[in-house]
Amino acid sequence: MDVGIISYGAYVPRMRIKSEEIARVWEKEGKKISAGLGITEKAVGAVDEDSATFAVEAARKAVKCSGIDPQKIGAVFVGSESKPYAVKPTATIVAEAVGATPFMTAADFEFACKAGTAAVQACMGMVGSGMIEYGLAIGSDTAQGRPNDPLEYSAGGGAAAYIIGKEKQIAEIEATFSFSTDTPDFWRRQHALFPRHAGRFTADPAYFKHVVEAGKGLLEKIKADPRDYDYAVFHQPNGKFPLRAAKLLGFPEEKVLQGLVTPLIGNTYSAASLLGLASVLDIAKPGERIFVVSYGSGAGSDAFSLTVTEEISRKGARPSVLVKDLISGDKEYIDYAMYAKHRRKLKSL
Amino acid sequence: MNEALPLIWRRIPERYNMLGSKCLNCGTPYFPQRKMCPKCRRKGKIVAEKMPTEGTIYSFTEVHAAPKGFEQETPYFLAMVELSNGVRVLSQVVDSPADKIKIGAPVNMVFRKISEDGEEGVIAYGYKFKVK
Repeated sequence: MDVGIISYGAYVPRMRIKSEEIARVWEKEGKKISAGLGITEKAVGAVDEDSATFAVEAARKAVKCSGIDPQKIGAVFVGSESKPYAVKPTATIVAEAVGATPFMTAADFEFACKAGTAAVQACMGMVGSGMIEYGLAIGSDTAQGRPNDPLEYSAGGGAAAYIIGKEKQIAEIEATFSFSTDTPDFWRRQHALFPRHAGRFTADPAYFKHVVEAGKGLLEKIKADPRDYDYAVFHQPNGKFPLRAAKLLGFPEEKVLQGLVTPLIGNTYSAASLLGLASVLDIAKPGERIFVVSYGSGAGSDAFSLTVTEEISRKGARPSVLVKDLISGDKEYIDYAMYAKHRRKLKSL
Repeated sequence: MNEALPLIWRRIPERYNMLGSKCLNCGTPYFPQRKMCPKCRRKGKIVAEKMPTEGTIYSFTEVHAAPKGFEQETPYFLAMVELSNGVRVLSQVVDSPADKIKIGAPVNMVFRKISEDGEEGVIAYGYKFKVK
């Protein structure tokens, strides 16, 4: 397949809340919870931010780095589980904001945490078949956890955008492989404010089964071995799962750490594996290979095999602000009261 | 929400991408868009022009008593931003520590929610600024 990534962009909101601060409110042992999840703090969007504004910020960076005329983008797909509108696409908001409208197609994707990689696959198919020249795939979420639920410690916010095309790829996507089953481990019903999950059930029959099967399937399909890769990125609902998934598939921990962003920004849902990949692309050298496996509850995983090209060395190919700077640069710590205000957890607002 | 839906829709190019105007006769940029150049009058030729996304704070104020629809955002900063082409726009300055919001501070455009028509109504998005 001669389809690949032309450019990428990432966005992480500025505010952070520490796991210990959330635990303080619910009178739990913060240090223990933080260590158990492998998350010390999470990124929180401001009161005037949502998954559409996150998506626009990430997409604008991707368009800028690509150097392409946004009118050549033939498809905009946004993956999210926290859409501002239940009915009305976020994708058209993004498309208008990046100047891709009107001669293009657009849609929103939903598949829990893997909607962003599903959008990448859709773009790959459309570019590969010649239907479009470029596609814009985005994963963006302002994830919500019910107050005093374990998810509240992990549900963060962020976005990552990828322009998929054939010409001037910074990384070729050699192959993709998916594994999907009907596994109800996490869901949010229509009109419900917060998702529900099946606790420990979200691990072995859900996350690990799908990540490992998709990962193994891809390695078998292209006759590759974990030793062939320089980096591995996994969906990261917490700081621990991706490390165990890597071990199960035979990737050493040091290949996972560059793409592990959840410990400092929380689980960014549809953006999580794509932000991890952006963090790897920030430093990857031409010729290096990257293995990516996403996971979305409900449940499925998309695995990708990528090789970085010489094009990544081009001036301006990478965003001027790297993922590590988005994570550790300018940030503001807030307490639970400010968090409740900004994320509208006070229902009288 | 005081704006009618058709107005929100009409203002999308202005709010999303700061699409203003420019007079081809005298070169003056305008934002928001104008139908005619007040300097050149009938000699002027107005075309659509995207405004630069960077500028500096020309003047600012901190709003504590907000108009309807912005009550939950107080206190917030409202600034006259002088764009790099000299055009001045009135906008919120967000995501910036209070001690960095000063006259002359460099800012760049960000994409944010402007207002929403209650829980079930339409959401208006557009530009705000952030101190670099």
